[in-house]
Amino acid sequence: MEGGGGETMDEMGGGGGGAGGNRAGGGGGTGAIAEQIDVESYASLYTGHTKVARLHFIADYCNVRSVELEALRMAFEEIKKGENTGLFKECVEKINGRLGPSHTLDQEWIDMVERRAAQRQEKLETELNGYKTNLIKESIRMGYNDLGDFHYGRGDLQHAFKCYVRTRDYCTTSKHIISMCLNVILVSIELGHFVHVSNYVSKADQTPDVQDPVVVAKLKCAAGLAYLESKKYKLAARKFVDTNFELGNNYIDVIAQQDVAVYGGLCALASFDRAELKSKVIDNINFRNFLELMPEVRELIHDFYASRYASCLGYLQKLKPNLLLDIHLYDHVDTLYEQIRHRALIQYTNPFISVDLNTMASAFKTSVAGLEKELAALITENQIQARIDSHNKILYARHADQRNATFQRVLQTGSDLQRETKALLLRANLMRHDFVMKGGPKQQ
Amino acid sequence: MDSLDALVAQVQGFSGTDDLLHLFSLLKQSDELLHNHAPRLQYALSSLDPAKHSLGYLYLLEVQSSGTLSQEQSENFLALASTFLNVCIAEQICLAPEKFNMVCRRVKEQALQLQEPLRAILPLQAAIRKLQPSSEFLTAMHADFLQMCLLAKCYKASLSVLEDDIFEIDQKRTGLVPRDFLLYCYYGGMIHIGLKQFGKALEFFQHAITAPATVLNAITIAAYKKFVLVSLIQLGQVPLFPKYTPPVVQRNLKSCVQDYVDLATSYVTRNIADVKGYITTHEDAFKSDNNLGLARQVIASLYKRNIQRLTQTYLTLSLQDIADNVQLDGPKEAELHILQMIQDGEIFARINQKDGMVSFQEDPEQYNTSAMTMRLNLEIHNIVRLAKKLTSVDEQVSCDQVYLSKIGRDRPRYETEDFDIVPQKMYTNL
Repeated sequence: MEGGGGETMDEMGGGGGGAGGNRAGGGGGTGAIAEQIDVESYASLYTGHTKVARLHFIADYCNVRSVELEALRMAFEEIKKGENTGLFKECVEKINGRLGPSHTLDQEWIDMVERRAAQRQEKLETELNGYKTNLIKESIRMGYNDLGDFHYGRGDLQHAFKCYVRTRDYCTTSKHIISMCLNVILVSIELGHFVHVSNYVSKADQTPDVQDPVVVAKLKCAAGLAYLESKKYKLAARKFVDTNFELGNNYIDVIAQQDVAVYGGLCALASFDRAELKSKVIDNINFRNFLELMPEVRELIHDFYASRYASCLGYLQKLKPNLLLDIHLYDHVDTLYEQIRHRALIQYTNPFISVDLNTMASAFKTSVAGLEKELAALITENQIQARIDSHNKILYARHADQRNATFQRVLQTGSDLQRETKALLLRANLMRHDFVMKGGPKQQ
Repeated sequence: MDSLDALVAQVQGFSGTDDLLHLFSLLKQSDELLHNHAPRLQYALSSLDPAKHSLGYLYLLEVQSSGTLSQEQSENFLALASTFLNVCIAEQICLAPEKFNMVCRRVKEQALQLQEPLRAILPLQAAIRKLQPSSEFLTAMHADFLQMCLLAKCYKASLSVLEDDIFEIDQKRTGLVPRDFLLYCYYGGMIHIGLKQFGKALEFFQHAITAPATVLNAITIAAYKKFVLVSLIQLGQVPLFPKYTPPVVQRNLKSCVQDYVDLATSYVTRNIADVKGYITTHEDAFKSDNNLGLARQVIASLYKRNIQRLTQTYLTLSLQDIADNVQLDGPKEAELHILQMIQDGEIFARINQKDGMVSFQEDPEQYNTSAMTMRLNLEIHNIVRLAKKLTSVDEQVSCDQVYLSKIGRDRPRYETEDFDIVPQKMYTNL
């Protein structure tokens, strides 16, 4: 995911990142510093179906006409290179003639593609039937694979999924299994069936001799995405930070290196404690390579660790509009941001016996009243052990009195035990005498 | 006529302990005889002394009170029965528990008919004591007794009976039916609500809900409705069914009391406006179950609970903020609430009227006084006693024929393994 560069941003390494212009972007308009998303450089990070999907997503949610049109134009170009006529029609509808006559429904092209596709499909299917009668495993497998690829190219994801799954029975080497798993994962991510993604990732992991680091990295990314979707941020973070940098550009039909940095960084911040954050993220040489591609994320993690909360939160706000345009992250942005903010608050109050709320409010660039409410909520959830002196606006750490608490618990347990035992004896007696309320004429 | 006189004479003659059983069998046979001579029973009764000839008196009383009675007959019966119950001999009436129960029930009915439940309280209490072999036994009269106390609003009178822990149910000796047990639990719970002892009330209602049953019945449903309301007041939430609740109850109970369950869910959100709104919309439902008063108490308890939560979060808070937080109408009302709670000992706080601030303090209980030590001591003794009881019940069950035969069938015949020869321990050189 590319965040638009600000003034401080220099060149970003990796795949085609450039500093974009500035414009208020982002579905959801946070009112933060405007950062425009440079559609072209963003799209150049990806290939294949995900490129189109992301472009469409941006077009739907960005609320800015010029960005929308730019995204749709690029989507149009990309689709025409392929064979997905359904998606083509959709794209044209969205464009709605706004891009001029060159970007309208090209019925000729559609017909030609459909014809070609029908022919190819027939050919593949007859071939497959031939292989099936011959019962040559390898050919059947390749037949199904090709059919799966064909359906995928046409945008018929359900059929593609079925075909890829069918190849499973004909896989002989671990390489076959890996490739089958990767195909299924690809289709499932696009379909949004992340349960299948996790299943097939574990299947692939269990395959003996999975040596290729690229494959391992791909699987880790896929697993991370699945965890992200199911809101298991800690597990997702672990997967992302463990991804080998050798992933390079080998998985850009699903995820770009910048994405790994962003997803991993944000999830880690939201869910790791300090020790884990240091060992797995900050000191992690491998992940550092990813972070180099997204200096903002790197800065924000370091700020958080060094307790420079205002600046950390500032970076987060800057990134937000673009993150809201990312198809995997957009519905998790708010939760993650909230969690990060809470962690920051808790971490701030941790070392102190008393905290002046005014100082704290300026450190977090918020008002005292708002801060008080947030802290009250955290205290109620027992995330902070403290009490607020609302009159003087001070937060006092509070350590529970162990001795009193123990006495209270003891007395409570004693009376609970007595109550339960008496009830038990009573019930035992009832059952012994078969004292059961049975059916019969209703008495009242 | 002669036969009646003869019977009376027999009663008088045989009421010594040796011939009691003989008398008992005679009386059982003479039921019809007594019915035929109904008008003359009054005279017969007067010639018998309830204190000595309890068994015979009992039979005659029972027959006299069967059927509908006129006002005067009612009064008469009630007077006779009251004296009888107070002075009768326990051993004699224990031979005929069903008859005894019936008489007591008639007492209750007549008292209700005369609209004077108060009159039935003392006699019924005496009756309970007479029929119980020990204070741990439940009798059929417990339920009636508690019902009378409820109707007469004399809660204190029932305390001595309520405080006995009931462990024993013996149908033969007390002529008990499951319905009596459920009613006992239900009325007992209601009396505890009246005495504002919500914890004990919960216990009683829970007994009613978890009693073994194969069908759902109206008493359990009514008990559960009150249970929900009382547990909201006392605990702030409704606990789940314990594991030992009969499956019939677990499956079907919630669907019968949907209103209450919804109230419980809205209570947990701690939003006073919601809860109030809900209760007003469903006022009729609550009223028809006579639970409207309890429902109002639920609202009051929600205020208290919200204020208590504030004490966990704040050290000091202005009255205005408290009012806003708890959705009260203003600082004045907040002050009133807090004052009341401080007086009831539900929170520890000080109100500074100059600033309009309330400062919350910790529970000053330090658990280091001799009173506390004594209380702990008492609790320990109670539990040790309870544990002893538990072991004795366990032993009883282990010696029980039925149990042993079942165990014996299932256990494989490797008896030598049951004898654990002294395990080889490591011996030191010393």
